[in-house]
Amino acid sequence: MKQLRRNFLKLSSGAGAIAAVAAAGLLQTGSTWAAPWNKSGFESKAVADIQKNLGVTNLIDSEDIVITAPDIAENGAIVPVAVTSKIPNTQRIIIIAENNPFPLAASFDLMDGAEGYVSTRIKMGKTSAVRVIVKADGKFYMATKEVKVTVGGCG
Amino acid sequence: MKKMRGISLAALSTVALLALAPPVSAQGDLSVGRKMLVEDNPGELWIDQGKGLFYQKRGPNKVSLEQCDFGMGPGKLEGAAARLPRYFADTDRVEDLESRLLTCMTVLQGFDRKALIKQAIGRPRTKGSDMEALALYVTSHSNGMKVNVTLNHQKEYDAYKAGEYIFYRRSGQTDFGCVQCHGEPNKRIRLQDLVHMTSKAGAQEVASTWPAYRGAHYIVRTMQWRLNDCVWQMRLPDLKYGTDYSIALTTYLNHRGNDAVMQVPGFKR
Amino acid sequence: MADPMRIRAKLQGDTADVRILMRHPMETGTRKTSSGVVPLHFIQSVIVQHNGKTVLDAQWSQAVSQNPFLGVRVKGAKVGDKISVTWTDNKGDKRTDEVAVAAGS
Repeated sequence: MKQLRRNFLKLSSGAGAIAAVAAAGLLQTGSTWAAPWNKSGFESKAVADIQKNLGVTNLIDSEDIVITAPDIAENGAIVPVAVTSKIPNTQRIIIIAENNPFPLAASFDLMDGAEGYVSTRIKMGKTSAVRVIVKADGKFYMATKEVKVTVGGCG
Repeated sequence: MKKMRGISLAALSTVALLALAPPVSAQGDLSVGRKMLVEDNPGELWIDQGKGLFYQKRGPNKVSLEQCDFGMGPGKLEGAAARLPRYFADTDRVEDLESRLLTCMTVLQGFDRKALIKQAIGRPRTKGSDMEALALYVTSHSNGMKVNVTLNHQKEYDAYKAGEYIFYRRSGQTDFGCVQCHGEPNKRIRLQDLVHMTSKAGAQEVASTWPAYRGAHYIVRTMQWRLNDCVWQMRLPDLKYGTDYSIALTTYLNHRGNDAVMQVPGFKR
Repeated sequence: MADPMRIRAKLQGDTADVRILMRHPMETGTRKTSSGVVPLHFIQSVIVQHNGKTVLDAQWSQAVSQNPFLGVRVKGAKVGDKISVTWTDNKGDKRTDEVAVAAGS
């Protein structure tokens, strides 16, 4: 499937190719991977809408997702978040800051050569749960971690 | 010595905040985030920026800074910043990193000193100033080395003693001095830990982590900026960049921070 | 033109620990200055390749911090392998940088 996506993206530079692929039914999967950037997901204001737009269904709580982030962030503009997924065949890691105006912060598609791990920094307007959704073998798993965001002292 | 009534509202409110703040452990709650940010510090992006500026032929004289002597000989950067401030014979004064850069950019490159000073503290969310990038580039050549600020020259000793005096001196409309925030352990303003600079470990933290990426400004800042901001926080008259007041304070702090292992850029929330 | 990234790629066992710092304002489109609101400007896509093969394909929002960091781990890597990173922002600006995997310490 991953290789298919690569091929599709290569092909899609030609409109004829798109038509051909569409005719072959490849755009009917309900998956979001055909879009270059998931506008609807990133512009959703509710977590439920994000999950719908990303095709997330039947979420399973998982202890095999480890979220490394501070309990208290000293600067909400730079909150380090690292995710380790021990779930075999992790294909995608999604990071959502639930109380942000646009909660979907980032989505990472991991190909065969990547470990189930990503690390980045996100902005958090206020104290919030950070929700991580992992897609593995087509199933969706979830873990959350609360990060408190404080106001700074000296300017 | 001022009497109790001299304590300002600012000082009182600080004390109140210190007392009311919930317990937060720098080792526990905050340390995870701090470690993650220091390990992959965006300030590192400024090292390359500083390197470019260092080797570029710039200023009216169209020369690089390769002939600048930071105390180890012209162009010798390895370990040089770890020994600053120090006495320089050519200017007959003690200079810290930034004032030495000002000297070289003025004398070698022909830049106008006033113009340099005016631009020395960059605006937040920009690429910062040339000074900030150059200061980090030069200091990065001391990473892994120990701070070693000596007081062998009379003027170095004088600067140290002047810095010590300033550190403990209370002055201005709020009757404030460095020591009130930085003279005791476990003080903070809201969530911000205040470095306990009269302890060896605190002085070492100061001496080994500047220039630093200042998260709230998204750029690299130098010690001159830090002192400038402290002076502003105390509502004292503006600190003039590269002047003896700041060089004296830096000499005092860095000498007391000797033997700390340099690791720049630091990361300051 | 966009500034170069700073990429470290170190071998740990047969996995390359890849750490990437990028310089980008990551403007949310809501920040106000004296000259008005700063327009939305952020990296939307980051692709990491190992010897030319894509291993990570990320989509970002404006909620990723200014001067972003990205850490990934690439399996089956060897010293000298090429790791390349490309980001593209919402204005179409693009930057690609590449490093060779270094031996671990």
